[in-house]
Amino acid sequence: MTASIDKLQEIVAPLGAALGAHATCELKRGNLIVFAKPESIIKVLTTLRDDPRLTFDQLIDITAADYPERAERFEVVYFLLSMKQNLRVMVKVLTGEEGVIPTACGVWPSANWLEREVWDMYGVYFSDHPDLRRILTDYGFEGHPLRKDFPLTGYVEVRYDEDQKRVIYEPVKLAQDFRRFDFLSPWEGIQKILPGDEKAPPPPSKQGGT
Amino acid sequence: MSEILVKDKNSAEIENYTLNFGPQHPAAHGVLRLVLEMDGEVIDRCDPHIGLLHRGTEKLIEYKTYLQAVPYFDRLDYVSPMNQEQTFSIAVERLLGITPPKRAQYIRVLFGEMTRILNHIMNIASYAMDVGAMTPFLWTFEEREKIMGFYDEVCGARMHANYVRPGGVSQDMPAGLMDRIKLWADAYPAMIDDLEGLLTENRIFKQRTVDIGVVSKEQAIAWSFTGPNIRASGIPWDLRKSQPYDSYEDFDFDIPIGKHGDCYDRYLVRVEEMRQSVRIIQQCLEKMPSGPVRVNDRKIMSPPRAEMKTSMEALIHHFKLYTEGFKVPEGEVYAATEAPKGEFGVYLVSDGTNKPYRCRIRAPGFTHLEGMDAMLRGHMLADVPAVLGSIDIVFGEVDR
Repeated sequence: MTASIDKLQEIVAPLGAALGAHATCELKRGNLIVFAKPESIIKVLTTLRDDPRLTFDQLIDITAADYPERAERFEVVYFLLSMKQNLRVMVKVLTGEEGVIPTACGVWPSANWLEREVWDMYGVYFSDHPDLRRILTDYGFEGHPLRKDFPLTGYVEVRYDEDQKRVIYEPVKLAQDFRRFDFLSPWEGIQKILPGDEKAPPPPSKQGGT
Repeated sequence: MSEILVKDKNSAEIENYTLNFGPQHPAAHGVLRLVLEMDGEVIDRCDPHIGLLHRGTEKLIEYKTYLQAVPYFDRLDYVSPMNQEQTFSIAVERLLGITPPKRAQYIRVLFGEMTRILNHIMNIASYAMDVGAMTPFLWTFEEREKIMGFYDEVCGARMHANYVRPGGVSQDMPAGLMDRIKLWADAYPAMIDDLEGLLTENRIFKQRTVDIGVVSKEQAIAWSFTGPNIRASGIPWDLRKSQPYDSYEDFDFDIPIGKHGDCYDRYLVRVEEMRQSVRIIQQCLEKMPSGPVRVNDRKIMSPPRAEMKTSMEALIHHFKLYTEGFKVPEGEVYAATEAPKGEFGVYLVSDGTNKPYRCRIRAPGFTHLEGMDAMLRGHMLADVPAVLGSIDIVFGEVDR
């Protein structure tokens, strides 16, 4: 583990030099992360793949994470592997709901399905993608299930209808409300907030006390 | 002249037709729907429709504590459960900054390699059946039964083990299990010989697999192939050697590689990997250290049952761990291991609470299946099961 961190530190300088103004890179808790802008992502990925000092020639995965509170809520992450150097790098791109990322299908053919999955699950749009269809969800599915504002139960459920002799879609009906327990406070003790207290003016602070 | 050409073009369009393969087809290894564009009996284009087994594992894990997330990993690639639990446990351990005790690591390696055999015999046997051989299927399921017996002894479940946990394994092996594994491991290479006797030089098997679905080194890298599939194309890449985890550096084993990257080479690589796994199992049994199998941290792993009978503290810890679970420091990690099918990765983002903020599962089968289109073009319809079987697809992990 420590040996690989040393190797990662050695590569930070050539990485910064090769990428220039297109991206910034940092070493954070043993992960080598490159931050790129959507418009320069193809340039960054091609450089990472083709530069003889870097040789990150295999695309391992493309995924995303949703942070709804941020201005640009989606963080699309590319995982690259260099077999020659035995190193991994993450390339991160931030984008919003309306944002567009150029497709990486021209750099690696395997990006095709991985980007389709990100589109399906998060609704991040990849421009110039040859075949941007949904991949994992049902035919005719609506919504992007891995977004944080998509409910765990979804919106529709299916069953076989004996009268119509076919599978039908219905809105989800829960026999019992979905239970979410708050486990995060008990050890810290209760905070003295009584219901309705927030409407009252704050108590005058005691002056001169110890 | 031009009229004739146009006419020819039209008639060619009529000859091209679309064939639907699956979703229920015994050679589809689960629920796969292939839409094949055929020119006569030759495949022009292959469009796999996946997701019929999609259960939303990644979404579900975001609503579960770290410990409750472990059983989902058994159900991804349900042919090799423990390797996936191991990957998730390693990811959590890296975020927590803990290392499991040596004995726990050796037990993980021991069962990880048995799982590799479990996976490879399943693949080889069902593959052989896809291309016409029935006997290997019957023979190997007997061996699978024995390995699943060991699973049963160590954790009480034959398939969905839930045995490897963040911080070690759930319990120590029962007395005498190592002797029984030793007896089995001594006898197992003879079984591989028998299997090879049926298949390796079998004329029909070779006719169905040699030079079918050839993948070059460059293609294997471009299509994100990993595991036995990239090794069959001649690239000696194995995470157990190059990025060792859980004490794999202590063991002596070789990495088999193929020369041509065809279906036959992928079969041969898996057979040799089983022999190497037996080698690792033998070394594991010889060198098995004694000691604890769980980290001695009550905030991560629950206290032993006996202690709970006398200690209030232990009882509270147990209760807290199985309701609230443990909290994982904020951060992100990508942990990858060499699962039997290839690189299985877990990208975990923690926001400091008791549940993962994001858990991405990188399944090897996903990109392998994606490469099917390139592998199948220009092949005959009968080669579809041969190629599909040789890349070792299980839909639990492809669809997640």
